[in-house]
Amino acid sequence: MSTIEIVTSLAYLVAAVGFVVGLHLMNSPATARKGSQLSSIGMVVAVAATVAKLADNGGITGTGWAVLAGGTVLGGVVGLWSADTVKMTAIPQLVSIFNAVGGGAAALLAVADFVRIIGTTNPSIPARVMVPTVLDVIIGAITFTGSLLAAGKLQGWVPGQPLVFPGVRVVNAILVAVMLGGGSYLVSGSHSGWVLLVVLVASLGFGVTMVMPIGGADMPVVISLLNALTGTAVAMAGFVIDNTALIIAGALVGASGAILTKLMADAMNRSIANIVVGGFGTGDTGGVVAATGGEVRQIAVADAAIQLGYAAKVIIVPGYGLAAAQAQHEVAQLATELEKRGTEVSFAIHPVAGRMPGHMNVLLAEANVPYTALREMDEINPEFPQADVALVIGANDVTNPAARRPGTAISGMPILDVDKAKHIIVVKRSLGHGYAGIDNELYTDPHTDMLLADAKAGLTELVAAIKSLDA
Amino acid sequence: MTSNLLADISIFVLSLLVGFEVISKVPSTLHTPLMSAANSIHGIVFVGAMLTAAQAHDTVGYVLAFVAATFAAMNVVGGYRVTGRMLKMFRRAPAPVRRDPEDASSGGTTTP
Repeated sequence: MSTIEIVTSLAYLVAAVGFVVGLHLMNSPATARKGSQLSSIGMVVAVAATVAKLADNGGITGTGWAVLAGGTVLGGVVGLWSADTVKMTAIPQLVSIFNAVGGGAAALLAVADFVRIIGTTNPSIPARVMVPTVLDVIIGAITFTGSLLAAGKLQGWVPGQPLVFPGVRVVNAILVAVMLGGGSYLVSGSHSGWVLLVVLVASLGFGVTMVMPIGGADMPVVISLLNALTGTAVAMAGFVIDNTALIIAGALVGASGAILTKLMADAMNRSIANIVVGGFGTGDTGGVVAATGGEVRQIAVADAAIQLGYAAKVIIVPGYGLAAAQAQHEVAQLATELEKRGTEVSFAIHPVAGRMPGHMNVLLAEANVPYTALREMDEINPEFPQADVALVIGANDVTNPAARRPGTAISGMPILDVDKAKHIIVVKRSLGHGYAGIDNELYTDPHTDMLLADAKAGLTELVAAIKSLDA
Repeated sequence: MTSNLLADISIFVLSLLVGFEVISKVPSTLHTPLMSAANSIHGIVFVGAMLTAAQAHDTVGYVLAFVAATFAAMNVVGGYRVTGRMLKMFRRAPAPVRRDPEDASSGGTTTP
């Protein structure tokens, strides 16, 4: 083992430590930033060591350096620009796009390796390389198109609703058969570039047909799943080119992504299989129990302002609708205004509030709400009975008491105990259904008043009305 | 089966376990930054793209290496940048404006 190889291996170890400790520091908002920095230092060390290795070994051509530098500058600039300009409401899309290119790059590594070897005279690829090559191409390609489509759905370029076309299961079955058949053919020792191309195309197609039928509130789970898949693809690429840094980092992300996916699915009381196969909100669930009936009471902005303005304790429950209306700054203003009046304000954050778990926290952080005011579900639920007013903004299914009863589409989903508050005000654009497509019994509760307005406009009026209370 | 492959598989499995262990304790508050952080870590694929570029000697190889390097650079640079941007916004309780002086002096002095 040459000196440079030892140095590189040690550098990869340092990088791996940086990734693990960095992820570990993400346990708390107080240390998370340090964690991300540590992880980025690990990345810089790994890249620097690789540059040294390439320079030392001399195998890389001038064109190779130029290609590398060109790609790095282009990708780096695009990455920096999009990271700096993205709106916080669009974070899920951007994460998805970065995930897509990561998966695409991983797949290309295996393709490049394969193409290079079959271009030599008398090529021979052992199964220990061919198996990860096939897996890398399949998984990487699926995450590439799947993540791009997911980003398109979140951005609204592709309809966000679950799209099911007739025969999608048959198409999926054919694609899977092609991937498995072609993969086995390649692993069995027949090194055909055409077969790899067919497998690649089938995988790209499968990425589309896999994500297409998934929509709405399930998208975050899919993004997390795709993130885990990219990690796995990168680990496979590590096996192909025999690089421990890729194996370790890829496996870390694969495992953490899988856990995260499961946590998210649990928060919605859904199984991952159920989400991927589809069904929620597509009419398969059935068994909708009729609401208890009763009248919906509406409230005017001025009355809502009085209730909030003279409350001692207010719990704000922000949801997807608030994120969609981009009203995070308005809700932060409302909280500030109430606190000025001496009201105790907390935010109750359901694990899947926003467009992605934890997304609401980011949005409110952007609006300068301290993370200490954001309370997690288990922590805040016992406090609802003491709250004078629970203000629900754009959250629906996560507040529906029907989840406590068996037999509804959302049964068993953990919810915020909003209905236990002394009084409830729901800001909502219309009396439509939530994602689960069932009536929210909270709206007909005798303690509930509905403020029918767009979250952004409604909150602006509410803030103005509260300001004028003492005038 | 070579010892090298066995070592790689061991590393892979152990890293999976570490990944499971490290993440299971993260509060949901941080799930979005966490997803973004994990996303930037798989930007390590950039190292792979560099090694691939080193082996390229024909047009197809160069094109594949170029696209891989572009994609990977975008993943790693953008990923870390946006994670940092998000985490920078997370801040502690506000400067004690509405608390009485006694409370502020006892509780708020340690934060810069």
